[in-house]
Amino acid sequence: MSRHQYIRNLDYQDALDEYEGYSDEEDDELSPEDRELMTQGTAAVQAALGVEASKVTVAQIEEALWHYYYDVDKSVAYLISKFVNPAPKPAKAQPQQRTGKSAICALSLADHAVLLDHDLPTDWATKTSDLTDTAAPAIFGSSSRMGSRCQTSSQPRPSLAHLFHDMPWGNVPAHRATTFLPPPIPRGGLLGGSGTASKMSKLQALAAARKKKAQEQSAASNAVAEAVTGLNGLSVGDGAAPSKSKSWARVEIDFDGPLYGVDGQGRPPPEDDRSSLDWFEVRRRKRDDSDRYEDVVVLFPNLPQSARDAFAKPSPDDIVLAAQAKSQTKAGQKATPASKTKKTAPAAGNGDAGAEEPKAVEAPLPKSRNLDVLSEFERHKGKKSASFVVVGHVDAGKSTMMGRLLLDLKVVDQRAVEKLRKEAHTIGKSSFALAWVLDQHAEERARGVTIDIATNRFETDKTIFTILDAPGHQDFIPNMIAGASQADFAILVIDASVGAFEAGLKGQTREHSLLIRSMGVSRIIVAVNKLDMVSWSQERFEEIKNQMSGFLSMASFQAKNVAFVPVSGLHGDNLVHRSSDPAAAWYTGPTLLEELEKSEPSGRALTNPLRMTASEVYRTMQSPVTVSGRIDAGSLQVGDALLVQPSGEKAYVKSLLADDMPADWAVAGQSVVLHLSHIDPIHVRVGDIICDPAKPIARADRFTMKALAFDFLTPMQVDVHRGRLHAAGRIEAIPALLDKVTGAVAKKKPKIVKPGTVARIVVQLESQVPLEAGQRVVLRSGGQTVAAGLLE
Amino acid sequence: MRFASKRQTLQSVDGDDGVSLLIVEPEDMWHAHNLISEGDVINAPAWRKVTLTTATGSTAAKSVRTNLSIRVKSTFFDPLVSELKVSGTVVNENDYVNVGQHHTITLRYDKADIKFTIWKQTGWDSVALQQLKEALSEDRPDAIAAVVMHEGLANICLITEFRTVIKQRLEVSIPKKRSAASEASKGMENFYDKTLAALRANVDFSIPRTLLLASPGFVAQDFRAYMAAEATRRGDKELARIAKEAVVVHSSSGHVHGLNEVLKSPEVLKTIGNAKFTTETNLMDTFHERLRKDDGRAWYGTKPVEKAVAEGAVGRGGGVLLVNNAFFRSLDVATRKKYVAIVDKVKADGGDVRLLSSDHESGKRLDALGGIAALLTYPMFDLDEDDEEEEEETERVPEQEMAAMVI
Repeated sequence: MSRHQYIRNLDYQDALDEYEGYSDEEDDELSPEDRELMTQGTAAVQAALGVEASKVTVAQIEEALWHYYYDVDKSVAYLISKFVNPAPKPAKAQPQQRTGKSAICALSLADHAVLLDHDLPTDWATKTSDLTDTAAPAIFGSSSRMGSRCQTSSQPRPSLAHLFHDMPWGNVPAHRATTFLPPPIPRGGLLGGSGTASKMSKLQALAAARKKKAQEQSAASNAVAEAVTGLNGLSVGDGAAPSKSKSWARVEIDFDGPLYGVDGQGRPPPEDDRSSLDWFEVRRRKRDDSDRYEDVVVLFPNLPQSARDAFAKPSPDDIVLAAQAKSQTKAGQKATPASKTKKTAPAAGNGDAGAEEPKAVEAPLPKSRNLDVLSEFERHKGKKSASFVVVGHVDAGKSTMMGRLLLDLKVVDQRAVEKLRKEAHTIGKSSFALAWVLDQHAEERARGVTIDIATNRFETDKTIFTILDAPGHQDFIPNMIAGASQADFAILVIDASVGAFEAGLKGQTREHSLLIRSMGVSRIIVAVNKLDMVSWSQERFEEIKNQMSGFLSMASFQAKNVAFVPVSGLHGDNLVHRSSDPAAAWYTGPTLLEELEKSEPSGRALTNPLRMTASEVYRTMQSPVTVSGRIDAGSLQVGDALLVQPSGEKAYVKSLLADDMPADWAVAGQSVVLHLSHIDPIHVRVGDIICDPAKPIARADRFTMKALAFDFLTPMQVDVHRGRLHAAGRIEAIPALLDKVTGAVAKKKPKIVKPGTVARIVVQLESQVPLEAGQRVVLRSGGQTVAAGLLE
Repeated sequence: MRFASKRQTLQSVDGDDGVSLLIVEPEDMWHAHNLISEGDVINAPAWRKVTLTTATGSTAAKSVRTNLSIRVKSTFFDPLVSELKVSGTVVNENDYVNVGQHHTITLRYDKADIKFTIWKQTGWDSVALQQLKEALSEDRPDAIAAVVMHEGLANICLITEFRTVIKQRLEVSIPKKRSAASEASKGMENFYDKTLAALRANVDFSIPRTLLLASPGFVAQDFRAYMAAEATRRGDKELARIAKEAVVVHSSSGHVHGLNEVLKSPEVLKTIGNAKFTTETNLMDTFHERLRKDDGRAWYGTKPVEKAVAEGAVGRGGGVLLVNNAFFRSLDVATRKKYVAIVDKVKADGGDVRLLSSDHESGKRLDALGGIAALLTYPMFDLDEDDEEEEEETERVPEQEMAAMVI
């Protein structure tokens, strides 16, 4: 077990007990010199403390001396702040004000006013508004003086009145009045305590210890005299206050009611408090007091996620302390730091929420920077991002062509390809080496077919392209649909060799082009591949071009959106570089890459509510629930709450990658990787829709759609595909046959829908899935695509 | 199911007679479910909780086994445990119950054959007799186990002659990341492991049983390889045998309706031969093919079929009437009589009448078409162009849904 684990598992109270013995041993081990120094120091401190010395035990003094390495001044300052004059909790302090102990209260208020002044003045006033008239000025005098100490350290009281002129003294509206609740009831005994509480206090104490170290250094200049003067003059040295606030902050969450009851001042019993703090400081000293947080996180990367989350950002205490330190240094800016504290520490609860029940602290919610994503996007002068899907009949050479493209663009290096080539050669499939750049699964390589969508990325001068390499095999058309739903445009790869083109036209060349059209892709680049096999015959190219143009226009692709490029995927002719083969000299048009750059991504629905289909869900170091996909509509940013449908569970964006780069926000059209928090992996599945909780997508198990039939439709069982979603359902009714152009009802209740006609159909699903009007849905049956269309 | 009396034969079943039957296998409950309809009277052994009052006035409750006759008000069939609950009012009083009291009899397969008697309210019409005939047929092949799967989804089914029972539906989310190939294959392994565990838990392989593995792509193949590997690793001889004998079939989807393709695949036909469900599946395919041709010889829906039958178009020489047997389960007497009349007319014309099992995929396909369809001997056109039809259509929808729910 690592040292850190040991600390984590250590019973807090046990450790304290252990320490008592430990410190004794240490005392025994003191060298004579140390012992002498200690005795001298103790005497000096006692002298410095004077009357107050009775409040402090010798042991405490020795402890302090040991800490400050026999620095008498610092020890005295520490002891005063710690034991002679500790800071009680503000919420608890108020009732005492009413009892009229104004002298003490003014003192104690002065002590912790620093800590209070991050609150809005209104808060403060509200809280104390039920004070007697005589008590109020005294309090405000002290507190405001602490707040604006730098400006006027001895400001006369009357002049302060205008500061609070709008305060409804005495008659606070009911909704603003603060109710003082009794201190929280102790949870469990002092010994041992509950696991969460002790863990929390350790965290906090660690934070406090670290903070204190910083304070010590800054406080080095403060003299004892100043501290003593502070005591008399209702003011305390700067260095002392934070340490008090620290103990207060600790107390707030960790300590239980009865402790306050021990002394009438409503402050935590010093003995217990001291020991707990000291223990950590000892540990710190023992461990060479480096910055332990960071060490922990770095040294033990396989900590549970919750622990890492807890350490990932400043603890609630740190946030409060930081705000206090800020308000101290930036005097006169009372309201600003206060509101800032409120904003930055929502998870920590309000700093002064003494009445709040101590709660088990979960991993804090990710912080949102509240960016205006759309204006950020406009300002952002990055490259365009576009994605295209590569489709075509099985074995048309889609993956190989993309492998070659990546190689020529130097996204993958020659060495990696050589390695793949060697591997491929050993299993007798050397021609597959380039395809293996994208086909990475063992199964895909063994079988020589692409099974699932492979994504890769490359950049040109203007655009970041995402390749979605689709499988051509009929059985994996669901995966191809998933890819096509993320694409802006498509490359249709056609095998030009004799017989293969004809087979493809009957097979997936046809089905894929119909599918991508019905998925909303309008721009298509036809790459006539393997032309080297027919010795770059221009006739063959023209023949294919003619046939395909006819077919594609039938599939309602506009001629201007269709381009033809003769290529050789295996050798790389006309992909990035122009073909060097003299037989191919007849082609002078643009290369495939040039055609790609000419393609404009389709318009983005930036202002619509967020919709994103999860196309991959997996586990990463950052989050056990990492979702990747393309944002279909809307935008998101780090810290956003998201709703996952159909599970209906809420999640938060912990961090995100947009187009493989860490980002704070992402908009529609970008391929993103989201690291989610606060959600269990079982609630997120491939095909789910991630949406805005304010405008969620509805779930339904029945929908009406306007469908273009590719095959005969009768009431029958179908597979429903929408992006990654794959659900079983059946056509329940066919209410109307529609006119293809006008959309008017041509015939009611047809018995059968013929291929090529448009009909309105009602589909009943077996389970509830997220659906929305305007989504594109594909219906398949018996391994054939039977219809595609839009939800109504 | 068997007749309780050896002398009883199917021919001697007379209109209003009661027929006594023995439950001899779990499958019988499904037949009983088809046979018993609302309004019938059944006599069967039942457990009745009775309260006895002693002379001193103290009461004691106990369950007594007694034969009760009840008039059926509703039935509920639980396909997974093969149990039929029949609720109704008592018609013959005895020591423990009075006439008119309610009772629910649970019929289930037990080691000792349970005898029950049915009196049909409408008498034994042709449909009821056909159902009874099917129920009585003997030497049935054993149920076939099938796993229809695709990546992340597996349906474990038992296919008996009359129904397909989905024993378990398994959905496992498989982490997908292209760059982390190892993780995905770990996910698949986990999926196969769960599927195998579910298969072993749901299907008894101690008797010889055909196992079909169906999937698009290579999932089924890989699953069989996984089973074989597991068998070697665990030294499980039975599993090795299962894996060796499993038949891998292609289906285009892992959803249950993928079974349609499975059941007509050559591999299955070879192993199972001419089972009822393969015939049914083929019939449905023929019907859909005709429908595609749109040659006027295939019609579905009550009204067109009714008209076609009335014209005698469903008769000798290829006329087939396909009716979903769920169709007869929950109909009121008048409607039932109407459909029975259609069935009788087709039989009289020399056509074939097929009662498709609503618990098979073919029956579900028929159900989608409204539960009734006909292959005509000669083309007829415009049977659907009728004003009244719309009413009929809308009426029928809830019935179908009800039937679907009952299933």
